[in-house]
Amino acid sequence: MDTSAKRSLLKRYSAFAVAREAFRQHTGWTRAWGQAEPKSQYDVIVVGAGGHGLATAYYLGKNFGITNVAVLEKGWLGGGNTGRNTTIIRSNYLQDPSAAIYEKSRSLYETMSQDLNYNVMFSPRGVMMLAQTQHEIRGYQRTAHANSLQGVTTEWISPERVKELCPIMNIDGPRYPVLGALWQARGGTARHDAVAWGYARACADMGMDIIQQCEVTGVQTNGGKVTGVSTTRGDIKCNKLAMVVAGHASVLAQKAGFQLPIESVALQALVSEPIKPCMDVVVMANTVHGYLSQSDKGEMVIGGGTDGYNNYTQRGSFHHIEETVRALVETFPILGRLKMLRQWGGIVDVTGDRSPILSATPVEGVFVNCGWGTGGFKAIPGSGWAMAELVAKGHSPLTEEFTMHRFRHGKFIDESVAAGVAH
Amino acid sequence: MLILNCPYCGRDVDETDLHAGGEAHLKRFGPGSSDDEFEHYLFMRENPKGVHFERWRHVYGCGKWFLAARNTATLQVYGTYSAQTTEPPQHILDAIKEAQA
Ligand SMILES: Cc1cc2nc3c(=O)[nH]c(=O)nc-3n(C[C@H](O)[C@H](O)[C@H](O)COP(=O)(O)OP(=O)(O)OC[C@H]3O[C@@H](n4cnc5c(N)ncnc54)[C@H](O)[C@@H]3O)c2cc1C
Ligand SMILES: [Zn+2]
Repeated sequence: MDTSAKRSLLKRYSAFAVAREAFRQHTGWTRAWGQAEPKSQYDVIVVGAGGHGLATAYYLGKNFGITNVAVLEKGWLGGGNTGRNTTIIRSNYLQDPSAAIYEKSRSLYETMSQDLNYNVMFSPRGVMMLAQTQHEIRGYQRTAHANSLQGVTTEWISPERVKELCPIMNIDGPRYPVLGALWQARGGTARHDAVAWGYARACADMGMDIIQQCEVTGVQTNGGKVTGVSTTRGDIKCNKLAMVVAGHASVLAQKAGFQLPIESVALQALVSEPIKPCMDVVVMANTVHGYLSQSDKGEMVIGGGTDGYNNYTQRGSFHHIEETVRALVETFPILGRLKMLRQWGGIVDVTGDRSPILSATPVEGVFVNCGWGTGGFKAIPGSGWAMAELVAKGHSPLTEEFTMHRFRHGKFIDESVAAGVAH
Repeated sequence: MLILNCPYCGRDVDETDLHAGGEAHLKRFGPGSSDDEFEHYLFMRENPKGVHFERWRHVYGCGKWFLAARNTATLQVYGTYSAQTTEPPQHILDAIKEAQA
């Protein structure tokens, strides 16, 4: 057994380890990942230590044996949208390429805690998307049919079943009666920070460097091929570069000399004071522009729609929160009595067809993964899996349709109808 | 609350009365243009972290489109101007320069 494997064994989290540490005042826990100094050269540099960047690095190591990898992060690990989202996981999209990557992702969530030896608290409690207009009934029934052809388990359920699954809901209106819902029983939520931390720990364990407070400020090329990056901690060479920076995708692409079909806007969320368990499903209501779940701490987690204008400030407009809450109070009268504790925003990267970009770029050796917009938390493992294959082999069946050039050819993967507010 | 001055009404307008229309000064392309030109016109966006020239419509007012120069990193507004322009007018460029000095 080599020493790193021995170290990993000792560091493994288990009931036994908890008991052992309990007997020695918890003095034996080691750092989950080290403070790495940048080396001068890596096979692959991943920019952005959000969930997607870390998952990309993890599967590069796990599936392709590429471990001379650095993940560079300008702030702190998981401090972008990965640590700011409302953690809804589902795969009930409309188009086939979406179903493929989102369902791959959802299924990887099922075994992620075991795979990473890190409890990500995946909770497949079920996700319902309410139909509150005739148009939505038709839309969701269509999605349910598409899903059954794609092998994604979803079903159309009646208003009575909705009430049974979520008794705190007022399904009678007056303005927006609940007419049914698209139900995905194996959708749910997970602990967002844990997903980032779990991947980071596993990457560090494979010998990869996770370097925080290291902003990529330039991309170096030679004859149209990437050779390295400039950063706030010096120049670093690399053979391949994966840009996985969500809201900052356009800014980084510009440094590499190309443009993306992306606009960055603010998306906000808020949580209430904690209350006793009252809701054990996730509910999304597109017509009234809001969605809701209850965290394990008991807070009601609420999200709404994006602001309409370009923004990089990680804060949004108050009137959006007002609209979201106003609409949700009608469907969930219980919310009217709650105090809200915190509110925050993240900068999301939105494409014209509301589908992501996982693609080679005009610069050889540079790959982008962005455009997940308001709904990429659910996609972290699947996206990392696919992106690793794309970076390692130059192509992946999961990313083929998600190229940045699809707009040029009119080959949109239109999820805007299915995912108006839906995260 | 973001507040912009509608150059047609001459009034300060809350964002709830406005509709955001994305990047301004896009060059239009029509029949006979190349794929490249169409792609850039229809989909590619600068999306800068910094000064952004953008379109707005005073929907719950005069209904007209106008343009604004705004900083996406600070939310500072440098000024608004007529939509009948193909590039930012000098007084807007001066205001940006002054603010950044
Ligand atoms: C309020 C809100 C609610 C959401 N709700 C949901 C939901 O319920 N379900 C769902 O599936 N999705 C949801 N999302 C979307 C989801 O959060 C994102 O799609 C996903 O987290 C994106 O992950 P990422 O790793 O691509 O980006 P991020 O986590 O944002 O990571 C990108 C990282 O890149 C770093 N970076 C940027 N530029 C540089 C540079 N030049 N050099 C080095 N590092 C750089 C950033 O600091 C950041 O840490 C929500 C988003 C928000 C904001
Ligand atoms: Zn006006």
